[in-house]
Amino acid sequence: MSGSIAAGVAPRAAAPSRRLPRPPWRIVLAGAAWLALAGVTLGLPEADDLPETAALGSGAAALGLALLVFAPAAGRLGTLGVRLRHGSPWFAVLALALIAWEAVTAKLALLPMPFFPSPQAILEVFLDDWPKLGGSILNSLILLSGGYAIGAATGFVLGVAIGTFRAVGYWAHPVLRFVGPLPATAWLPLAFFVFPSSWSASTFLVALATGFPVTVLTWSGVAGVNKAYFDVARTLGASRGFLILRVAIPAALPHVFVGLFMGLGGSFAVLVVAEMLGVKSGLGWYLQWAQGWAAYANMYAALIVMALMCSSLITLLFRLRDRLLAWQKGLVQW
Amino acid sequence: MVAAATLECPEAGAAGARLTVESVSHAFAIRGAPLLVLDRVSLDVEPGGFVALLGPSGCGKSTLLRLVAGLEPPDQGAIRVDGDPVEGPDPSRLLVFQDPTLYPWRTVRGNVALGLEARGVGRSRAARVDRALGLVGLSGFADVYPHQLSGGMAQRAALARALVNEPRLLLLDEPLGKLDALTRLAMQAEILRLWQEKRFTALLVTHDVEEALVLAERVIVLSDRPAAIRAALPVAVPYPRHRDDPEIVRLRREILGILGQPA
Repeated sequence: MSGSIAAGVAPRAAAPSRRLPRPPWRIVLAGAAWLALAGVTLGLPEADDLPETAALGSGAAALGLALLVFAPAAGRLGTLGVRLRHGSPWFAVLALALIAWEAVTAKLALLPMPFFPSPQAILEVFLDDWPKLGGSILNSLILLSGGYAIGAATGFVLGVAIGTFRAVGYWAHPVLRFVGPLPATAWLPLAFFVFPSSWSASTFLVALATGFPVTVLTWSGVAGVNKAYFDVARTLGASRGFLILRVAIPAALPHVFVGLFMGLGGSFAVLVVAEMLGVKSGLGWYLQWAQGWAAYANMYAALIVMALMCSSLITLLFRLRDRLLAWQKGLVQW
Repeated sequence: MVAAATLECPEAGAAGARLTVESVSHAFAIRGAPLLVLDRVSLDVEPGGFVALLGPSGCGKSTLLRLVAGLEPPDQGAIRVDGDPVEGPDPSRLLVFQDPTLYPWRTVRGNVALGLEARGVGRSRAARVDRALGLVGLSGFADVYPHQLSGGMAQRAALARALVNEPRLLLLDEPLGKLDALTRLAMQAEILRLWQEKRFTALLVTHDVEEALVLAERVIVLSDRPAAIRAALPVAVPYPRHRDDPEIVRLRREILGILGQPA
């Protein structure tokens, strides 16, 4: 480092000519790890008679072979090759973790059954119970998106109104201060007998959990807009509507998104609780049902699916924000 | 709009408005107690003239510009433009702030188009924006966001945002106050060129004596708060002016003397 500074010209010219090593050893190693998983799964004797061992083993073998086959070609696969190379340490570690899991459950039975099922037991749930699991995802998504859309829209409009019109602020502020901090789940018993159906009650609760943070952050965003922005627009002949729609709202949008993110997190929590306690469908209900039947493999499968769903929705919101707030510097990456 | 302006001002090429400030006083309420910032200020700027208001920082110069822009009504006195009292903001009287205050969510083009958009000028909007950007030398930066601009470029964009509306009175509130010395010199020449080309009436607030003397036809020296007029000095030096011109040097010494500074 200091040598190159002393030399005056840093010898950076070598950098662009760097290529993927041939064959890329990272990808080869990941492939080998998956083949090892296949070997452990298929080769070692099991402590108990388990279904789908063959499916897990052959799946791991197929993935391992695919990695080995693609490894030499990774340099020619463009961005896919680069991604494969970037992700291969994770692939390898995932395979190693599965080997360890397989060993302590299916092979050596070191963990108490049925609380800690083997990987193939969870695979079995995905292979056999996917219609029910898929239906639960769909029901959860419908309930969540309805409530979230209502809550986000109401919160946004209310937040803008409070930030813009003094009279709205006068009446809304005390109500928000008093009722807002109450967790939405506390309304659950009340909501379930006030609303005609458990579905509408849950929609209301999700909307409530979403609406509060969106309202408060939209309001604070609108209230915090640089006053000079309004002076500029007023001298240029802007109407009241222009000041709200084209100045206050775009300026407040970064805050609005913070509220939308907080609301999404809160809505997940309410959704699961509502489904566990009242709604007869959805992933929360599936979790509860699985626990009731001591079907722990189903529970883990539902947890994995739920994590995938929540993280996908957050990613989706990040994508939307990146598109709408492309003008912002230093965006948080997800 | 241009046609109307020409009708009101029969003199050829005189697009500028006449500004009359009659004995204006203004106070702010600081914790309930009134703080007088302007004390019976009167001035008259002829159409197409360039007047600089010079005074110590925080003396109330910016307040006067806000009153002329119509952002606030004066407590006492009257402000007239072409004889009509100022009753609110109007795109024919535009303010350029010390901060460019560009909207960060709009590109340079979107910022310059702001006034035309706000008043619903649809036809000819793109062409006028392009012309204004060309006028300030930002044609190549139309689709760039403000955070990608340097301080000088941002202030040029703010000038274009005002000029695209063909203002008849341009109020410059220390527009170059936050720029580095070299950029400031370049921008002074730029403002002078735009004024000579467009013939709007210009009222510049500054605390830079040299800037006032290089740009303005008349320099009005204000006292510390509350601002009152201490002196009005015509600068009878042809443009482009040189900072070492003996008359400029003499006026600078005189003004610094009025402001109580050793020259």
